[in-house]
Amino acid sequence: MKRFPRTKMAAVVAGAASIALITTGCSAGTDSGSSAGGDVTLTVATFNEFGYDDLFAKYEEANPNVTIKHKKAATSNEARDNLTTRLAAGSGLSDVEAIEVDWLPELLQYSNQFIDLASADVDGRWLDWKEKAATDADGRLIGYGTDIGPEAVCYRSDLFEAAGLPTDRAEVADMLGTSWDSYYAAGEKFASAGTNVPWFDSAGATWQGVVNQLENAYEENDGTVIATENPEVREAYDDVLDASSTLSAHLSQWSDDWTASFQNDGFATMLCPGWMLGVISGNADGVAGWDIADTFPGGGGNWGGSYLTVPTQSKHQEEAQKLAAWLTAPEQQLSAFASKGTFPSQIDALASDELLGATNEFFNNAPTGEILANRAAAVSVTPFKGAKYFAINDAMQQAITRVEDGLMSADESWAQFETDVKSLG
Amino acid sequence: MTAAIDVDARSLRRIARNHRLNRWDVRFSPYLYISPFFILFALVGLFPLLYTAWVSVHDWNLIGGQGDFVGIDNYVTVLSQPYFWTSLRNTFSIFLFSSVPQVLLAMGIAAFLDYNLRAKTLWRMGVLLPYVVAPVAVALIFSNLFGDRFGLINELLGGIGIDAIRWHVDVIPSHLAIATMVNFRWTGYTTLIFLAAMQAIPRDYYEAAIIDGANRLRTFWSITVPLLRPVIIFVIITSTIGGLQIFDEPRMFDQAGQGGANRQWQTLTLYIYELGWGQRNFGRASAVAWLLFLVIIVIAILNFVITRRIAGSTERRIRTKGKR
Repeated sequence: MKRFPRTKMAAVVAGAASIALITTGCSAGTDSGSSAGGDVTLTVATFNEFGYDDLFAKYEEANPNVTIKHKKAATSNEARDNLTTRLAAGSGLSDVEAIEVDWLPELLQYSNQFIDLASADVDGRWLDWKEKAATDADGRLIGYGTDIGPEAVCYRSDLFEAAGLPTDRAEVADMLGTSWDSYYAAGEKFASAGTNVPWFDSAGATWQGVVNQLENAYEENDGTVIATENPEVREAYDDVLDASSTLSAHLSQWSDDWTASFQNDGFATMLCPGWMLGVISGNADGVAGWDIADTFPGGGGNWGGSYLTVPTQSKHQEEAQKLAAWLTAPEQQLSAFASKGTFPSQIDALASDELLGATNEFFNNAPTGEILANRAAAVSVTPFKGAKYFAINDAMQQAITRVEDGLMSADESWAQFETDVKSLG
Repeated sequence: MTAAIDVDARSLRRIARNHRLNRWDVRFSPYLYISPFFILFALVGLFPLLYTAWVSVHDWNLIGGQGDFVGIDNYVTVLSQPYFWTSLRNTFSIFLFSSVPQVLLAMGIAAFLDYNLRAKTLWRMGVLLPYVVAPVAVALIFSNLFGDRFGLINELLGGIGIDAIRWHVDVIPSHLAIATMVNFRWTGYTTLIFLAAMQAIPRDYYEAAIIDGANRLRTFWSITVPLLRPVIIFVIITSTIGGLQIFDEPRMFDQAGQGGANRQWQTLTLYIYELGWGQRNFGRASAVAWLLFLVIIVIAILNFVITRRIAGSTERRIRTKGKR
């Protein structure tokens, strides 16, 4: 092995140092100038799994001037707390912040804290309702859609068989029908077979499916709260509780008992958005018989999904927007879907063979890509979610739980819901 | 002559100055030495306290920040909320279920540990072990015990033919479950405080009592308990403050963390969290925080007076006996 002579070594070090000096000098200069083309470091804050890890490397390769720093929060709640705290503090936010549709409405009130991302390049990239939900009253688009949660019905074919019902997913879809009444009627048929297994898991989860089909459930478009006077809400409330009295397992979703019941034949069907498939296969590990039907009561429904935003706090807004646009392009979203199963919200991605060909082994090899794409296409209503949506829906969930637990009658619980909504004022 | 007088006057002045400095040293130094605590307290204790009071008389949004001055409106509103009173009730109920058995149990365990046991250190460390476990981890472990349907306790009860207890639905069972978690964590800590105090009691007292024919129970009630008076007061006051601020355990008791659909186990601190971070209404949250502060002060004073009177009366009894 040959060794460098001392003098040569010194020259190499000096040379390297001077190059480093020049480059750092450059980056410092362009940083303050914030002109495109200079070296920038972009921070991206996400939560759970967006499936972006490989994509960041790819983007850095294609754009050598960009370095990406990824901040990943464990849960959506943690990300929400982090975002609100820094928004309140006025500094510390990342250049690209991921947000979830559940807390998007409360951020829309402060839409001036995020830059308007609308541009000709991304026109018509997303499903209409996905894009509309992130558009504020002045028509500014504050978030680029990433994934969505189109809902189907998941069921236990082994329990269906025991009750003498069809088990093939097309026949099951026919039997469940397309309305809530037909879904509940199928449940009564299942119950009358005497299997002693409840039809669905939770009245609260079912409510989630129903309320996402109401255009203005709790608030008018101008933000006036109508939750307690809206006859649609009261009617839906009574319907769900009526059905629940005979069909529900009376579990509250995400509770320990709910999780444990997957291993104990707790219920025969549940409403399942795309991301729920992973939850079911995890909780019901070792349980055979789960399948998914290409239908949803009352038309289509969406539950969950996320967006990428660029806060005005960002010092590299232009670069950040470019990155967000690239990450949410159909090709990249398909790669995220392949790695983590986040179901795309982009029209082109929804039509791609890669997506439509996807199957899920746990669900009896069901063509989940195709089924969920159909379910996404069936979504026709964009529920209006204003600033108080989250809190009111929470109060409603508790009202339903009170009846499920037998603490109150439906009327008493409704009265308390009215008080709760009033106290939000 | 005059020079000598001058010298004398000067040295007198010097001596006087030294005296003065000495006096100041004696008088003020202790305050200087303890001042770091108070400066720190002013920064992280007093300032937030006063700032919370300032926030509580305004409309204040978590993100939007300061709004209009509203005077005592926030206080009036929260006092008229049924959930405020429910959570006040729950706070007291959980506090009583946890603190009372905890103090009694800890004193009993400490008395046993105070005897000459084999492997003393092992037992003493053993009682402190639960304290090392993070409260959230405790809640996760206990949620397996207190599941409504698939919990261990209910399965055992079912085995002997008793109906399942609805831990997450009914008020008292939920409080008992939460108090169990609190006690699991804090009993060992309290025990060690008692133990330390018990070991400071001179052994002569016990020897004298035993020679006089007193049994163990008698020495415990007539010597240990009265001499523990200051420690008992300390433990009761700190456990009151801690007990009225219980947060982690009820928050982790179910997946929603709001204290139940009917606020069966919502404590005041949880209510503050719901108002501040759920509804983002910092004004009202601060108002509740101040009300909680006042409640704690009132209870602490009550505690102090009552425990002093109880402990004081036993002490008097000992003294009168001594005089006889």
